[in-house]
Amino acid sequence: MSTQLQEQYGWRIEDLDTDEMILNMGPQHPSTHGVLRIELRTDGEVVRAARPHIGYLHRCFEKHAENVDYPGVIPYTDRMDYVASMGNSLGYALAVEKLMGIEVTPYVQTIRVIMAELQRIASHCIAVGTYGMDIGAFTPFLHLLRDRETILDLFEWTCGARLLYNYNWVGGLSHDVPEGFVRAGRQFLREFDRVTWPELMDLLIGNKIFIKRTAGVGVCPPELAISYDLTGPNLRGSGPARDLRKDVPYSGYENYEFEVPVGKGQFGPVGSCFDRNWVRAIEMKESAKILHQALDRLEKMERADVREKVPKRIKPAKGEVYARSEAPRGQLGYYIVADGAGINPYRVKVKSPCFTAMSIFHVLSRGMMIADIIALIGSLDVVLGEIDR
Amino acid sequence: MDLIFGLFPATLPYWVRVAMAGGIVAGALITFMALGPIAYVYVETKVAGFMQDRIGPKRVGPHGLLQTIADAVKLLFKEAIFPAGADKKLFILAPCLVVIGAFLSFVVIPFGSRLQGTDLNVGLFYVVAVSSISTVGLIMAGWASNNKYALFGAMRSAAQIVSYEIPAMMVLLTVVMIVGSLSLQATVETQAGGLPHWLLFRYFPLMPIAAIVFFTAGLAECNRAPFDIPEAESELVAGFHTEYSGFFFALFFLAEYSEMFVVSAVTSVLFLGGWWAPHPLLQNLGPIGLGPVWLLAKTWFLMFVMMWLRWTLPRLRVDQLMYVAWKVLLPIGLVLVLAVGLLIMLPGTRNGFPWDHYVGWPLVGLTVLYLLYGMVSALRWSGKRRREILA
Repeated sequence: MSTQLQEQYGWRIEDLDTDEMILNMGPQHPSTHGVLRIELRTDGEVVRAARPHIGYLHRCFEKHAENVDYPGVIPYTDRMDYVASMGNSLGYALAVEKLMGIEVTPYVQTIRVIMAELQRIASHCIAVGTYGMDIGAFTPFLHLLRDRETILDLFEWTCGARLLYNYNWVGGLSHDVPEGFVRAGRQFLREFDRVTWPELMDLLIGNKIFIKRTAGVGVCPPELAISYDLTGPNLRGSGPARDLRKDVPYSGYENYEFEVPVGKGQFGPVGSCFDRNWVRAIEMKESAKILHQALDRLEKMERADVREKVPKRIKPAKGEVYARSEAPRGQLGYYIVADGAGINPYRVKVKSPCFTAMSIFHVLSRGMMIADIIALIGSLDVVLGEIDR
Repeated sequence: MDLIFGLFPATLPYWVRVAMAGGIVAGALITFMALGPIAYVYVETKVAGFMQDRIGPKRVGPHGLLQTIADAVKLLFKEAIFPAGADKKLFILAPCLVVIGAFLSFVVIPFGSRLQGTDLNVGLFYVVAVSSISTVGLIMAGWASNNKYALFGAMRSAAQIVSYEIPAMMVLLTVVMIVGSLSLQATVETQAGGLPHWLLFRYFPLMPIAAIVFFTAGLAECNRAPFDIPEAESELVAGFHTEYSGFFFALFFLAEYSEMFVVSAVTSVLFLGGWWAPHPLLQNLGPIGLGPVWLLAKTWFLMFVMMWLRWTLPRLRVDQLMYVAWKVLLPIGLVLVLAVGLLIMLPGTRNGFPWDHYVGWPLVGLTVLYLLYGMVSALRWSGKRRREILA
C-alpha cells in the first residue's frame, strides 16, 4: 500500500494522519440548511475542527443593485433571505427613505409592522421546525409548517406572492391589505395562541430528549457572542437583551408593548443551542402579542392610499446612509451610497446577520460530536441565501 | 411444522416428507414476511399523517391502499447503482444478510399452540443469535459502500446493537428463570389462564419494568427512533444504506419492518401471553381457535407503539445512547435478575407475589381508558378543526 501510494502520488505513509478523517458535509446534505459545505476533521464521532465553506449560492446581489434603479433593488433583496423576505425589503425601504428623508404614514407603518411580525412568526416556524427535524423530531416541523402556510395565504391574499413579495416599497407599499384581513389575521392568531404554540412547547421545547440534546451544546458566552457580532435571537440566547425594535425603534415599534426574551439557561450554561431556540419560541409568542395590538390599531384606522408617499422618480441627492432593522435572524443593515447623478445606487452593501452568525461556527464547533454539529448549525439558524447573497 | 408433516402419507421417504413440509412452512412464512411490510408501511404513513395533522397517501387506490405496492414496484424496477470503488460482492451480500437475519427469527415464533415453524428447545437463544446476523450485514453494507457516511452508520450500528443486547439478555434471563425453559412455546404455556397470569404482571412491579427494558432495547436493536442513529437522516444522510438503491434498498426496508415485527412478536410472546386471549372465554371462538389472531393483535399494537414513538420523539446522541444502555438499562437488568432469582428461591413467592392476580385487569382497564380518552379528544379536535376550515 505504502509503496503504491508513493509511486502513484508521491506520498509517504508518514504524511498521512491515520487517526483523523476528513468528512465533507454538504453542499448536498439534508441538514446544512441550503448549500453550505462544512469540512470536518473527525476523530471517530468527535469533531476536531470544522471549517465552513460558503459561496455556493452567490448571485452578485451587490453588483446587481448597482445596475438597477432604487425600486428595482427590492425584488433582489427579497431573494437574499428567502425565508423572511418581508424583513429584507423593509430594511431596504427604511434605508432609502432615510436617505431621501421620506416619512411614511402611520397607516403604512402599521401594515409594515403586521407584515414584519407575521413574517417573523413564519420564519421562526421554519427555524424551530427544521431544528426539531435536525434533532430527529419530524412531527413538530409539520405542525409549524401548517401554520406558516396560513401566514403565506395571508401574504398571497395581500400581494399575490407567497415567498418573494416585493411588498415594502420606498415610501409605501405595493398593495393595501384586502377587505377582511383583520378578521383573517385574528383567526390565525387565535389558532396560533391556542393550538400551535402550546403544542410546540409541549412536544418539542419541553421534550426531555430535546433538552438533553441541546442544553449545554454549542455554548456561546455573552462576551464571545458580542465579540463575534452575533445579533438577533443568537445574541439574545446568550443573555444580552438587545433588540432594535426596542433600542432604536423604527416603523412605530415604540408604540407596541412586548418583551424581549433572553436566554436564561434553565438546563445548563447560558447561550446553548437550547437557549437560542427557546428565545425563538418565546419570540413567536411576543410577535403574536404585537400582532394583536397592531391589528386592533389597523381596525380603527381609516383606509388610506398606501402609495401616497411613493415618489414618482427616486433620485436621491449625493450622500450615503446606513440603516438597520431587526430582521427575524438579527440586525440587517443596508449601507447605501448615492452619487446624485444616476437613478441607480452607486453602492449597496448589506450587513447580514447570518454571515456573522456563521463566523462563530468554527469556534463553537471545536471538540463536538457529529450530531452536535447538526444541532449547532440549526440553532444558529443560517439561511445560505443571505450569507452568499 | 409437525402438523403439516403429518399430512403426507407415511409411504413417502422420511426426507421427502421433511423437505416438503419444511418447504411449505418456509414458503408460508416468507410470503407472510414479505407481504407484511406492505401493510405496515401503509399503516405507518397513515399513523404519521394522523399525528402530523395531514392526510397521508390517498391517491393510489381507495384511501391510498395501493400506495405501498406502487412504491415497492417502483423500487424493484429502479436501477441498482453500484458506487465507484465499492466492493461489489460485499455490497450485494450485505442486504441479503440483513434480511436473512430478520427472517430467520420467524421460524420459532409461536402463532398458536401448534402453529409454529418449529419449537426449538433453545428458541429464545436462537432468536437472540440470529438477530445478531443483521449487524454483520449492516457493518458489511457500511464498509462495502466506500462512503464515509455509510461507514459512520455501520460503526454506530455495531456499537449500538452490541450495547443493547446486554440489557435485553439480562431481562430475558428473568423470563427464563420464571419459565424454566428457553422454548418459546413453553413460555407461552406458562402464561395460561388469561390476562392476570401473563408474565407482564408477575412479581408486580418487577416484570413490567423488565418488559419496558426489553422493549426499549428491542427498539434500539431494530434501529427505530428514538434510537435510529445508524441511519440518522439529518446527520448521516441515510447511514449505512446511503449508497443503496432499487432492489437492494428495498431489502433494507423489508428487513427494518420485519425486525420491528420480530421484536414486537417476541415481546408479546414473553410478556403479553403470546397467543393466549386476555380471558379464556375469548380463546376458542370459531372452529380453529383465535390464537394467531391474538398474537397478531398484540404484535401489531406494539408495532403501533413503535410508530407512535418514532413520530413523537427526537433522536438521542451517540454518547447518550450508550449512557442509556450501560448506565440505566443494564443496572436495572442486573437488579431484576438478582431480585427475580431470589424471589424464585423463596418458598412464599415461588409463583409470584400474592397481589399479582389482582393488578392485571385494573391496570389494563386504566390504560385502555386513557388511550381511548386520548383518541377521542384527538378526533374531536381534528373534527373541530375541519369544521373551522370549512367554515
